[in-house]
Amino acid sequence: MAFFEADDPAGPPRLNGEMVFDEPWESRSFAMAAALVEEGCFGWDDFRDHLIAAVRRWEADPAGPYRYYERWQEALESIAADRGIVAEPEVGELAAAYAARPPGHDHGDHHHGHDDGHHHHDHGDHQHPHGNGHHHHGHDRHRHHGDRGPGS
Amino acid sequence: MSEHTRETDRLPASVRAEALEALLTERGLVKPEALDGFISRYVNDVGPMNGAKVVAKAWTDDDYRQRLLTDGTAAIAELGFSGPQGEHMVVLENTDEVHNVVVCTLCSCYPWPVLGLPPAWYKDPAYRSRVVREPRTLLGEMGLELDDDTEVRVWDSSAENRYLVLPQRPAGSEGLSEDELAELVTRDAMVGVAKVSAP
Repeated sequence: MAFFEADDPAGPPRLNGEMVFDEPWESRSFAMAAALVEEGCFGWDDFRDHLIAAVRRWEADPAGPYRYYERWQEALESIAADRGIVAEPEVGELAAAYAARPPGHDHGDHHHGHDDGHHHHDHGDHQHPHGNGHHHHGHDRHRHHGDRGPGS
Repeated sequence: MSEHTRETDRLPASVRAEALEALLTERGLVKPEALDGFISRYVNDVGPMNGAKVVAKAWTDDDYRQRLLTDGTAAIAELGFSGPQGEHMVVLENTDEVHNVVVCTLCSCYPWPVLGLPPAWYKDPAYRSRVVREPRTLLGEMGLELDDDTEVRVWDSSAENRYLVLPQRPAGSEGLSEDELAELVTRDAMVGVAKVSAP
């Protein structure tokens, strides 16, 4: 474990030469927590409790290298289930459908969103309290690595 | 929460995050463009340059320094920096006698409004455990050699407190303006794993 980290005087001061997110999904996971806090679904202190628990689960039984935002994502799913927002099996099922997409599915086209017909699923509840269209994703989803799973 | 499957049984967090976002979006709880806004804020607008301004002001304005050490949250808010993970700020002043260093042993809590989101090494299990067990050795590996008679104090972030280290102003910086001083202050110095060097 190297802790040597050269300060890069030429780098932007906000980053000290280091990106805050390694992959785009990490930033989405971070932002979902921030949005749900702002929405009043839970507080940061509550989220912290779930994050601590997720970190402890990894420490008790490390599977693969420690990745902070994987623990963050686990905490987010856990608190969302705890508050009755989204049940964890739902996330797992939809994630499994995404994972089953053909290889290369998300490498050639950076513009499709969640309404692109690849993963229709019926949740029986299509009410949208905020009322406006939130169908299009402009962000880049081309970096879905499948290399964080078993054995990596 | 009841059962948690082992990490090896779980799908990659990348697809889980994508799935969760789709479900939350469908329920109207998050909007993709709002998520973009949060990301942009924490990538572009909030970061160590905020803390650097706080430090530079404390170096040049002794009244401000006193307010900062007395009530960190209020003094930091004077400069317009506040928000999540910055509600209970405690500012720790480094001196010739005492060197402060910050960790979050449990989960990587970090003072977002002044430092942005934490760097990789801060989140690493090795940093989180070793800085408590053997701070001098670890700081030495990170390039910070401390005098033997300097006391090292390790502060563990909690639900109640977030910490910002006020580094020592470097010798040779006497003629610099507040803005010029702010450019010298690094994130690492404000966590306590480095000192600030004169230009």
